[in-house]
Amino acid sequence: MTLLQGVFVVTALAAVISAVMVVASPRLVHAALWLVVTLGAVAVLFILLDAGFLAMVQVVIYIGAIAILIIFTVMLTRRVMADSGSQANRAWWLAVFIGVVMFAALLALLAQMPTWWQVTPPPLAASADFMVKDLGKSLVDLDRYVVPFEVASVLLLAALIGAIVLARPPAETAGKTGAE
Amino acid sequence: MTTDLLIWLIPLPPLLAFGAILLGGYRSNRLSTWLAVGAMVISWALGLFVFAQAVQTDHLGANPFTSSIPWLPLGTSVIEIGVLIDPLSAITLFFVVWTCLAIFVYSIGYHNSGKPRDAEDVPGLPPHAGGIEPLYARFFAFISLFAFGMLTLVVSDNLLLLFIGWEIMGLCSYLLIGFWFGRESARKAMVKAFITTRVGDVFMLLGIVALYTATGTLNFQEILRSPETLNRLAETPAILGLSLAGLIGLLLFAGTVGKSAQWPLHVWLPDAMEGPTPVSAMIHAATMVSAGIYLILRFFPLLTVGWQPGGPLTTTMAVIAVIGAFTALFASTIAVAQNDIKRVLAYSTISQLGYMVAAVGIGAFVAAAFHLVTHAFFKALLFLGSGSVIHGMEHGQAASSKSAAQAMPGQEGPAGAHEAHDHVDAQDMWNMGGLRRRMPWTFYTFLIGGLALAGFPIVTAGFWSKDEILSSAFGQGQPVVFVVLAAAALLTAFYTARQIGLTFLGKPRSAAAEHAHESGRVMLLPLVLLSLFSIAAGWAGIHHEFPLIGGAIPNFVEEFVGQALTEHPEALPFAFPPLLTSLVVSLGGLGLGFLVYRNLPRGATDPLARWLGPVHVLLRRKYYFDELYDFLFVRPAYWFAETFVYAWVDRKVIDGLLHGVGRASLRLGGWLRRAIDLPVVNGFGDLVGETTKAAGRTFRVIQSGRVQAYLAAGLLFVGLLLSFLLLVKP
Amino acid sequence: MIPLSWYLVLAAALFCIGLYGVLGRRNAVAILMGIELMLNAVNINLVAFWRYLTPALIAGQAFAIIVFAVAASEAAVGLALIISIYRQRSTVIAEEIDLMKW
Repeated sequence: MTLLQGVFVVTALAAVISAVMVVASPRLVHAALWLVVTLGAVAVLFILLDAGFLAMVQVVIYIGAIAILIIFTVMLTRRVMADSGSQANRAWWLAVFIGVVMFAALLALLAQMPTWWQVTPPPLAASADFMVKDLGKSLVDLDRYVVPFEVASVLLLAALIGAIVLARPPAETAGKTGAE
Repeated sequence: MTTDLLIWLIPLPPLLAFGAILLGGYRSNRLSTWLAVGAMVISWALGLFVFAQAVQTDHLGANPFTSSIPWLPLGTSVIEIGVLIDPLSAITLFFVVWTCLAIFVYSIGYHNSGKPRDAEDVPGLPPHAGGIEPLYARFFAFISLFAFGMLTLVVSDNLLLLFIGWEIMGLCSYLLIGFWFGRESARKAMVKAFITTRVGDVFMLLGIVALYTATGTLNFQEILRSPETLNRLAETPAILGLSLAGLIGLLLFAGTVGKSAQWPLHVWLPDAMEGPTPVSAMIHAATMVSAGIYLILRFFPLLTVGWQPGGPLTTTMAVIAVIGAFTALFASTIAVAQNDIKRVLAYSTISQLGYMVAAVGIGAFVAAAFHLVTHAFFKALLFLGSGSVIHGMEHGQAASSKSAAQAMPGQEGPAGAHEAHDHVDAQDMWNMGGLRRRMPWTFYTFLIGGLALAGFPIVTAGFWSKDEILSSAFGQGQPVVFVVLAAAALLTAFYTARQIGLTFLGKPRSAAAEHAHESGRVMLLPLVLLSLFSIAAGWAGIHHEFPLIGGAIPNFVEEFVGQALTEHPEALPFAFPPLLTSLVVSLGGLGLGFLVYRNLPRGATDPLARWLGPVHVLLRRKYYFDELYDFLFVRPAYWFAETFVYAWVDRKVIDGLLHGVGRASLRLGGWLRRAIDLPVVNGFGDLVGETTKAAGRTFRVIQSGRVQAYLAAGLLFVGLLLSFLLLVKP
Repeated sequence: MIPLSWYLVLAAALFCIGLYGVLGRRNAVAILMGIELMLNAVNINLVAFWRYLTPALIAGQAFAIIVFAVAASEAAVGLALIISIYRQRSTVIAEEIDLMKW
């Protein structure tokens, strides 16, 4: 086992364990914090895959924005969500079953591709700098991914507006809420 | 070219006036007057201009003013609408526009224009105290339409358009005779006139159809000025030994019989006196009855085809001559015994029309046309004069009852009071008398008209035209026709003298006659105008060989009207026997009548009744023709309608059939409902609905509203699909 | 060297754990967290395939970027929804938010 394999195994274990804690923790705040751990582990995996830029984005967006957002939401809604009782619903066994079956199915699929067990990453032709530049250019290149990029930007805009509209308190109840 | 266009415009102003009055002009009586009279003045001016152009044109007969446009495309042929002014329509146009204008102007006065409306007057009844006619504007609308019909008929260049004008006039005569529809007699008269003329019109329509079938055209010029067409028609045999030409001629003549009130369809015309007097003049002198004569004059070439002047008459001509002559005598005998001033004139009209028909029947085209013109003038004059008399009498009646009413409280004058309240018939000549002094203008104009009608020698128009007919009958070698017409002329002179004597001479025979007064200027002006024509119109047709004055004035009628025929008819040589005859019958009849009727006292009976006895009754009852027709046609028609058509055909057969169909449909419907609709259609519909409901009830459990359940279900099925694709498919 | 399969197995594991979170948790926020896990698993796959199979093409990374954008949008809207629902009904339990049913 090489050093890299060791790092990978450690990181993968951290990711899986923390992920299990995310879905299993009875306290939502804990679950959100465990989620941060998982996301960080994934960022490490990105570095292992020579995608440094993505790792940075992962940290900035997922951990810096989404995870924090989730934590805020959890705290905003925790008044009635007393951290007691089971966090799993009545059909949790069905969820477990589906998850296990899915995992088994994916492994079975993977087993059909034996070469993937031996393949090694080819050396990168370009430097990391060039790759980041290439990535940026490809997103605005008319011949490459400009359309998905623009669609994503529109999606972000719509999400921005939609989130504002949804989260804003209704006009008539706003005053009442303030009075309380 | 310009003239052709103007001819198109002649009939239009009265039509526009009719529309304008109908669509809003009726709100103002004054506006209606201006519209109608103004339109008639325009038509009059146009008509006279066209007439002047026609007179100045050489050989107008061969080259008439004509213009036409396509109207109804019928497969291979096209019916054209067009106008034609040849000598015949030119002179007809001349007298039509003059008489129409006179009548229009006269109507203004007759309907008391400008007077306030009497509160007691009701629409549909004549005003009884000198107020304005309640339906004043309507009257002008009707006569405008009437004038349009007549002018259309005159300027038309084909039989179809002529027939349209003809029928428009028929409608208007119906409307105008029943103008005072509040009176039952008027309502009956309008229906009678319409139905009676309709009998003739049906035959006429058959004639038109036959003519179109035979020749493929209805254009006058194409049929009547083409010898080939006429000869072909004359040589084609039809039914009853008649040639096709003869048959068509007789059918068209049937239209004339109806429209010009010839025996046996004469019964409507006397009853048409129910209309206002201008209407009577309009219908009986100027327009509608003239239209019938105009028709046979127009078709003179067709009627007389195969006939040589001086030769024996064809069957068609003989029929026409016999009916005409008979009608002339027959109607004049009735006129002798009538007491209603307008009825006398009505029968006189029938008689004079019979003259013209007889003239056509013996081939005297020019004489008939001449008499048509002069008769139109003097008969319009007489009718308008009689209207003036009636008008004066009605006013006199109103005045006398007013003065009597004032006298009533003071003294008990039984005689005066009785007289004042006795509503005398203002049209009965026995209530008149002595009007000469009360209504001088009316008297002298009426006298001129009467003398013209009687054929007073030399000075009146009637003499010249009547003399022309008599001399034609004599010259064509038709002694029977000649004698009959001479006898009719004698009677004509007699009843004219009787009428004038009873009406104007002697002493007043009623309070109304005593208080009668002259009519207004607007009514007298047309009288004077028409009396001028009643004298002068005759000078246009003086025979050039007439003693002393013959040749002094060119025989305009002979030369001008004669051109209307392809072959200009030879003027007959002058002969003395007919002249003497007309002198004798005219003067004799007038003298006799004057002797008998010049001064009858109040309450007198008709001396004629004493002398003739039952014959007089027969004459007064008009030979019982109304009763005869009532018995022959009206009652059987009622019986047929009531007993057969209504009670049997309608109630039993048709209703039974309908009820049977209805019942059968109900049965069938009930069966279908029970057997098919309820079990099959409804069952299927219910089944679909119930199934859907049941399915919904069953499956709605799935829709729990829980997101995670949906997702789980989705994943399960995606998993199944994937398993199938990956495990089973390869 | 690390075989490609390791990454894939890890991604599958993360995905299934996230799937369980989505299906089995009561709290709506927890469900959202499960979704984030699944998206991360996808991203791992994308980048791993890029690195191992088509390193010359930048497509894998570009897709990962798009997935980031989608994840951000989804989180923003989803959380806004949760807050809105919480304001209306005082609950964030997914099973209780069952207005859309018969």
